[in-house]
Amino acid sequence: MDFMVFQYPMITVQACLDGILLGILFALIAYGMALQWGVMNIINIAQGDLVILGGYIAYFMYLYGIHPAWGVIVSPIIMYFVGVGIYKLVINKVVDRDLFISILATFGISILFMQLMNFAFGADVVLANSGYGTTFLFDSAVVLPNSKIFSAFVSIVFAICLVIYMKKSKLGRAIRATAQNARAAKILGVDTEKVYAATFGLNAALCGVAGALISITFTIHPYMGLPYTIRSFMIVIVAGLGNLPGVAMSGMGLGVFEEFADYILGTEFRIGSVFLLLVLILVYRRFKLSKKREYLK
Amino acid sequence: MKINKLILSFISAVAILLSTSVVSFAKVVGDKIVLGAAISLTGKYSSNGVHTQNGYNMAVDRINSMGGVKVGGKTYKFEIIYYDDESNPKRAAQLAERLISQDGVEFMLGPYSSGLTKAIAPVTEKYGVPMVEANGASRSLFTKGYKYLFAVLAPANLYLDVAIRTAVELNGGKGVRIAQAFEQDAFSQDVRLGILDAAKETGSEIIIDDKLPKELNDMAATLVKVKQMKPDVLVVSGHTKGALTAIRQIAEMKVDVPMLAMTHCDAAKLSKQHGKNSQYALCASQWHKTLTYKDNFFKDGMTYAADFQKEFGYDPPYQSAESSAALLVFKDAFERANSFDQKKVRDALAATNMQTFYGNIKFAPGGQNVDKPMVLFQVMCDGAGKCENKVVAPLKWASAKLIHPIPKWSDR
Repeated sequence: MDFMVFQYPMITVQACLDGILLGILFALIAYGMALQWGVMNIINIAQGDLVILGGYIAYFMYLYGIHPAWGVIVSPIIMYFVGVGIYKLVINKVVDRDLFISILATFGISILFMQLMNFAFGADVVLANSGYGTTFLFDSAVVLPNSKIFSAFVSIVFAICLVIYMKKSKLGRAIRATAQNARAAKILGVDTEKVYAATFGLNAALCGVAGALISITFTIHPYMGLPYTIRSFMIVIVAGLGNLPGVAMSGMGLGVFEEFADYILGTEFRIGSVFLLLVLILVYRRFKLSKKREYLK
Repeated sequence: MKINKLILSFISAVAILLSTSVVSFAKVVGDKIVLGAAISLTGKYSSNGVHTQNGYNMAVDRINSMGGVKVGGKTYKFEIIYYDDESNPKRAAQLAERLISQDGVEFMLGPYSSGLTKAIAPVTEKYGVPMVEANGASRSLFTKGYKYLFAVLAPANLYLDVAIRTAVELNGGKGVRIAQAFEQDAFSQDVRLGILDAAKETGSEIIIDDKLPKELNDMAATLVKVKQMKPDVLVVSGHTKGALTAIRQIAEMKVDVPMLAMTHCDAAKLSKQHGKNSQYALCASQWHKTLTYKDNFFKDGMTYAADFQKEFGYDPPYQSAESSAALLVFKDAFERANSFDQKKVRDALAATNMQTFYGNIKFAPGGQNVDKPMVLFQVMCDGAGKCENKVVAPLKWASAKLIHPIPKWSDR
């Protein structure tokens, strides 16, 4: 245990800002997961692997001399079609089945993607250099890499666009209708099959954006997807489905929590602390639920 | 019933056929010495696995074309049976078992990484199969009393020992303040133990001692502490992702530290991926092509590097060089043993005392190579941003002078 983070106020500020910027990025991935979880009732274990694949797209652009920030535009377009492809090949066969089957199927996709990426891109850890500088705050006591600020900013822009799209566009309305009641939507003329494909595509596109941002801010590697799946799962569990402000808040909360866990418990417990939090929240929810039941009696 | 019997006899016939053909495949056939190796051709170690395999193949071709191995007045050629261990320790142990008991291999070459070597060593030990390995540096491999395990490389605890000693020397013999961050795997933790030993001996103080997770891609917290505490040396070891993450975040957060020592810089292609940001980083390496060791097969490091480049199209990382050296050790041991008896070959291996292009090789009773110091190189960039690794320590081989302390970010 190390409480240095509280001894120096500037480190506390640093940890909070780092956590918030990181959390916004997590929230973007989690929002994709919440979207297709809500609409299709599928928990996508391959979420993190889609993120990494998106990262590789940005990385390859960088390799060919294009600034990786353009990956934020290109990657979601490619990933949309990857998502639709996965839907057509696998997901449409499990969409109405129970949760266990869909978890199994997406777990399989996750393994397949990991191995394919390893086969295609090699096992090396790679990154794309954005060349963005650094922002110094408070007399350079707090440093924020501009790449982190950039990714948070881009995440927010994409989230806002998505919210507007879901509210205003025809497809957005169809997606929301399907999420509320797929059968009723079908009766009223919504082509749910198309809606499902589009939802999965949108989710993959969001992963693509996040992946491009991760290749700019952190590193990517074929086997690094799972932590992102777990984090988004965690965020969605806390926030609930179809609750975008909730997802954003819980994303940032998780980011800050992780940063503080990193300082206090050590970096090795970073992901572990996320798991611990997940367990605590599930226990708490159950506790609350059982109380409610007593009340109903 | 009749059909069942027929099928049964057919199966047993096939089985007998297979088992005989397997036996005829064993160790020394005709003029071939068959070595077995489980290598990570897929999975997370696949890039280093391929470097290992290329190193083995290069040495096999070279030794075979230069007269092969002479045992008992007869000339033999090397041949290697490879299996893909998928970077998975369990699979590696199975494959070792299969190589020995099915394929009849009597001599083994090591896999890539300490973890996989650890999985295979008990198997080779059980069957008394001599194994020369080139890519498992973890100290724990050499404290188990294995009799048939020989490593051509220096153990992990020596990787960054030189860095600390150099820092102390430059500090006028006074102890330094060390910040360190290590991944939680066998190898990096051994590097850490080495630093602890060096710190104790030199009277240095460890002020930050962080552990890094396997899925590391953010070490901002450690670096914030470093900024606050201002240590004299920052040591980072976390395989390629550790090296890449550290350089990225040190540059982004403008962390000033007089000395930065790391492992896995060349595997991470640090200077290529990060360019000028990686400048001044000190890296531990088992080998560098500019070292002046010599042998009859590859001549010296520069020639090896040029030949390797010609054959495989890239500059050899030390993983390839040490793998090639493993074959040279085997050849030497076979000739001195003048026999294919496993015990005799084992004893000959234990008595190895030779120089290869990769370095001197002499095994301690534990099996580690004690005659080859680690080298430290520093990433140095020219004005145009082209970066190169230059050996700076030990002084005997230094091709450039160590730049210390590292200039502040504000002055670069």
